[in-house]
Amino acid sequence: MPVLLLTENRLHPTVGKSENIRQNTMNELNRRDFLLRAGTGLSATWVSANWAPILSAATHAHNARKATPPPKFEFFTAEEAAEIEAITARIIPTDDTPGAPEAGVVYFIDRGLATFGVDDQKTYREGLPELQARVSEMFPSVSKFSGLATEQQDAILHSFDEKSDSSQRAFRARPGAQNFFETLRQHTITGFLIDPEYAGNHDGVGWKVIGREREHMFQAPFGYYDKDYPGGQPVAKESEKKAEKK
Amino acid sequence: MTVDEPRYKTSDEVDFVIIGSGAAGGILAKELSTNGFRVVVLEQGPYLTEADFNHNEIETLAQDKLTNHPKLQPNTFRKTPDEKAKPQRALVYGRCVGGTSVHFTANFWRFHEIDFIERSKIGPIAGTGFMDWPITYADLEPYYTKVEWEIGVSGLAGASPFDPPRSRPYPMPPLPVKSSGVIFERAARKLGWHPFPAPMAILSQARAGRSACINCGFCLGFGCEVGAKSSSLATAIRMAERTGRCEIRPNSYVHRIETDANGRATGAVYFDQKRNTHLQKAKAVVVCANGAETPRLLLLSANKQFPNGLANSSGIVGKYLMLNSGGVVTGQFEHPLNDYKGFAVSRVLHDFYELDPQKVGFYGGGGLDARFDFTPISFAFGGLPPGTSRWGKDFKAALAHDFNRTMEIFCHGTSLPLENNSFSLDPDLKDAWGQPALRLTYKDHPDDLKLGNWMFARAHELFDAAGAQKKWSFPVGEQQFAVHLLGSCRMGNDPKTSVINPDHRTHDVKNLFLCDGSSLVTSGRGQPTMTIEALAFRAADRITGLAKRGEIVA
Repeated sequence: MPVLLLTENRLHPTVGKSENIRQNTMNELNRRDFLLRAGTGLSATWVSANWAPILSAATHAHNARKATPPPKFEFFTAEEAAEIEAITARIIPTDDTPGAPEAGVVYFIDRGLATFGVDDQKTYREGLPELQARVSEMFPSVSKFSGLATEQQDAILHSFDEKSDSSQRAFRARPGAQNFFETLRQHTITGFLIDPEYAGNHDGVGWKVIGREREHMFQAPFGYYDKDYPGGQPVAKESEKKAEKK
Repeated sequence: MTVDEPRYKTSDEVDFVIIGSGAAGGILAKELSTNGFRVVVLEQGPYLTEADFNHNEIETLAQDKLTNHPKLQPNTFRKTPDEKAKPQRALVYGRCVGGTSVHFTANFWRFHEIDFIERSKIGPIAGTGFMDWPITYADLEPYYTKVEWEIGVSGLAGASPFDPPRSRPYPMPPLPVKSSGVIFERAARKLGWHPFPAPMAILSQARAGRSACINCGFCLGFGCEVGAKSSSLATAIRMAERTGRCEIRPNSYVHRIETDANGRATGAVYFDQKRNTHLQKAKAVVVCANGAETPRLLLLSANKQFPNGLANSSGIVGKYLMLNSGGVVTGQFEHPLNDYKGFAVSRVLHDFYELDPQKVGFYGGGGLDARFDFTPISFAFGGLPPGTSRWGKDFKAALAHDFNRTMEIFCHGTSLPLENNSFSLDPDLKDAWGQPALRLTYKDHPDDLKLGNWMFARAHELFDAAGAQKKWSFPVGEQQFAVHLLGSCRMGNDPKTSVINPDHRTHDVKNLFLCDGSSLVTSGRGQPTMTIEALAFRAADRITGLAKRGEIVA
C-alpha cells in the first residue's frame, strides 16, 4: 500500500465560478459533445458503444466539481502560506515545466489541514517556526525561508531531510523537525499529482509534467509498444505441453 | 439496492445468515437465495455503489474508504509465538458490500490439477502441515466455468500450454494488450517461455447489463465506477437481491455466533451502525468473512461448551495461514508505455508453475505477470529507481521521465502451511468496539523465500531479454503484511487436521459452514480469488443438497 497521508473530496480552490456554473448546467447532450471533443483518440463509434459507462464516469467528474470553496486560506496566514509555498517550490521546482506553485499546492495543503489533515496541524504549527529558526542559525542575515537564495533554501531543507546525503546535512535532523519536512514533502507531492478533481494539481499541470493525459477513459493502443501489436493468439499445443513442463 | 429486497426481522429465523458479502459471501447469497432459501447477509462495512467510487487517491487509498481501518481495527504482529506482538497494521481487506472483490486486481487464474494433489506427488515436507485437498481439480472444474460465465471473466482458452483442462472457453475475449504486456510477451517468447493473455475478472465486452472496461486507469485499490470489474457487488450481490429472498444488511459487525445447548448455531450477534447489539436468528450460519475475520469470529465465539472457540476441537482454527510468496521487479524502457491507462495486468506466464524440488532445491512454483499498478501519487512514492532524489529538480525530472516508461513484473508463488503462522486474538489490544484485535504471527518457510529469489531471477532475465534500460528489485524478505488470507480454517476429511469437511461444514457444528480464503488447503500460485469463488459455487451446491435432504437442521 502506498504511504499517503490525506482526505475528503473538496475541490480546487482556484476553479472559477463561471466554470462551475458551466459544468452544472451542462446537459447530457452537451457532455457527450464535450467528451467527443475532449477525448482525443476516442472514436465516435467507440464512444457510442460505451455511452452508458462514459456518462456515468463523466457524471462523477462533474459532481465532484460542484462545491468549489473560495480561494481563501483557512489554516495558514497569508505570511505562512508564502513560506509554505516557497518550500513546496523547492520540493517540486518550476523550471521549463510547471512546479508546485503552478499546481496550487499550497491551497491544497491549506484545505487539507482544515479537513482531512487535521491531525497534521500541530506538525505545521511547530515545524514552520523551527524551520525559520534554522534559517537564522545558518544564514544570520536572513529572517525567513522565502528571503533565501534557492541554493540556501535547499541547504535548509537538506538539513531537515533525514534521508539526504549526510554531506548535505548541516544539522542532525531532530525527530519533530524531520517529521515536518517529511509531512510537507508528502503533502506537496500529493497536491501536485492528485486527480485535479480533488483540490490539488490545478489545471492538471502535475499530470502534464509526468505525461499523464487528463481523460477519464482510454482506448487501446495505449503506448509505443502495443501500437499495431496483434497479440493474443492461441499458441498452446498439447504436444508442447508435456515437453515443456519443468 | 433493489426495491423488492426483503427486510427480515432479527427474530425471523431465516434459512441462512451469511457473514460477509465478498467474493465467497456474495456468491453463496446469490446461489442459496436462487435455490429458494431466505437469506440475510451481514456485512460489517457500508453499502457503497458505483456512484460512491472515484479517483480520489487520498480518500480511497490513504483513508481506507473501501478497506479495514487501522484506527478502528488495529492489529498486532509478531514473527513467532514466543514473541510479544507489537501494534502494527498487519493486513488489508475489503470492508464494504462486495468485500475485497471491489478493489482487487482481478487476476483470475484457475488453480491447476497439481495444487490439489501436490503432497501426494512430492511427499511430505518436514515441519509443515503440507497436505492434499480432499477434492480435486476435476471436482472444481464445473464451478470455475460457472465463475467465468456467471461472474464474468475475460480470457483466451488454450493460450497457455500449462492450463488445466476446461469444459468451456471463456465467455469473452481477453482485454486489450498493454505495452507492458507486449514487452513481456516478446521477451518471454525469446526465452522460450509461454506468455498468454491474462484471464481477468474485468469485462472486455458489455455483458449482463454491465459495461465493458473503459480503461480509466484507477483499478487496483479502487472501486469500478462503471461496474466493469466483476466484483461481488457488481454481480452476485445484485443477482441475490433480485431473487426477492435475500437481504443485504450493511454496517453490521458480527462478533459472536450463538449456539444452543445441543451445540447448534442459532444465529449471529452483531453491532449495528449505532453499536446496538442484535441477534439475527437463522437455521444455519455460513461464515465468509475472509481468512482473517473468519477464524477471529470462531475464536470470539468461545463459550462454556466450546472453550477454545467454535469449531476448534482440532485447535487449528486460525493456523496454517498462507500469504503467498513473491514480490515485484521493476523495469524501465526507452519509449512511453503509457501503462497508467487501463487495468493492471495483460500478460501472464505459467512456465514455472510446477518446479521440480529435486532440480531447484526447494519446494514451490509460481507465475509471472506483466503489470503497472501505480497511481500517479503512489508512483511518486514507490515507483522510482532506488537512489533517486526524493525531492527537488532531479526528483521532478525523474518523475517526468519515468512515469510513462515503467512497468513491473509481479512474481507470484506458493507458501507452505506452517502451524505457527496464524491469525489469533491479541490478548491486550482491542478494536473500537471493545473486541480483541487481530494478531498476525508469520514467518515465511525458507523454501518460500528461496522461491521468491528464484522467481526474481527469472523476472530479471526477462527484463534483460526485453532490453530494459534499467531494472531493479529489493531483496525478498520475510512478510509481515497480509493481503492473501489463506488456509486458516482449512478443508479436510480428518477433524484433527482440518476445520471444515469437503461440504464446507465445520466438523464440530453441524449447521455451521465456512467458505472463503480460510478454506484453502494449499496456497496455489498467488491468485486465490478465482478459486475462492469456485469453492463458493460448489459449497452452495453442497449446502443446498444437505438442506433439501433435511440434513442440516435435523
